[in-house]
Amino acid sequence: MAVDIEQYKKDLLAQGAEVVFSKTKNLTDTPFSYCGGCGHGVAHRLIMEVIEEMGITADTIGVAPVGCAVIAYEFWNIDAVQAAHGRATAVATGIKRTNPEKFVFSYQGDGDLAAIGTAETVHTCNRGENIAIFFINNGIYGMTGGQMAPTSLIGMRSSTAPYGRQHDVHGYPLSLTNLLAELPGTYYVTRQAVETAAHVRTCKKAIRQAFENQKLNKGVSLVEIVTNCNSGWKMTAPQANKWMKENMFPQYPLGDIKVPKTE
Amino acid sequence: MAKIKGFVELNIEHCKGCELCVDACPFDVLEMSAQVNGKGYTYPFMKNPEQCTGCASCALVCPDVVITVYKVPTKQ
Repeated sequence: MAVDIEQYKKDLLAQGAEVVFSKTKNLTDTPFSYCGGCGHGVAHRLIMEVIEEMGITADTIGVAPVGCAVIAYEFWNIDAVQAAHGRATAVATGIKRTNPEKFVFSYQGDGDLAAIGTAETVHTCNRGENIAIFFINNGIYGMTGGQMAPTSLIGMRSSTAPYGRQHDVHGYPLSLTNLLAELPGTYYVTRQAVETAAHVRTCKKAIRQAFENQKLNKGVSLVEIVTNCNSGWKMTAPQANKWMKENMFPQYPLGDIKVPKTE
Repeated sequence: MAKIKGFVELNIEHCKGCELCVDACPFDVLEMSAQVNGKGYTYPFMKNPEQCTGCASCALVCPDVVITVYKVPTKQ
């Protein structure tokens, strides 16, 4: 080995090296239960970092979904509750209405928000509840073993569509985020990704915006995060990110879908 | 212009060997080790520590938040 790493680190510390990035205190020491390379970990970290930076750790209540993130409350060092399948936005509505001064968010996957919870999600957005919804879209049911989700792409293989999704049998990919952006109850709707450092930075800004919007009392802030599911897609993590760029992003283009009008 | 210097500390026992940090590094600093951690995953190490600028690209994409980034502040 050319350079002694430990000695190099000591030298830089002696030169005054400072910590520029470390794990946020709002994440517990419990290791994530997710597969290596899963986007859930980055999404958890970004939400918790935003909460720490805004200084609202004691005033935030999260609602965990059913899915891979079902035990998200083990990893979040904040108050959290776990809702029945698809009903996270309904639970978040109740929490926000009884504690209007608290910051409330729901964290849901695509099987939770876009499949079984479609009715709750649509009506929460239609009522314009003053909550933030974080929607993790990986186009597959990850926890139960890679079944087809409403958000699966045409031609995408899964354990319940082994020859690929066909539109005449299984229907078309459901982009619930675009549908919800049409509703007057939503205030801020955006779609982000977390696979590169640049996208992580813009995603964090969007999450921050979603929390800031709760102070305004104007309606739902919805942040969709397109992520990978390398286990469900049967790929390595770098392959899954490449596949996501080539296939998921054309179907789910990144960017703001509905931004608040500046007056 | 003096080169910006930094380094990363890895909590290797929490690493799951996804290799996303190796892909994310713009300066080819990290490489996967031949050894495995207690869970049986390979983990990254600094192959070219002198190339590291402390940009934190690896830490931003790390799904398991195992990376801590240090950077020597640039003098004005």
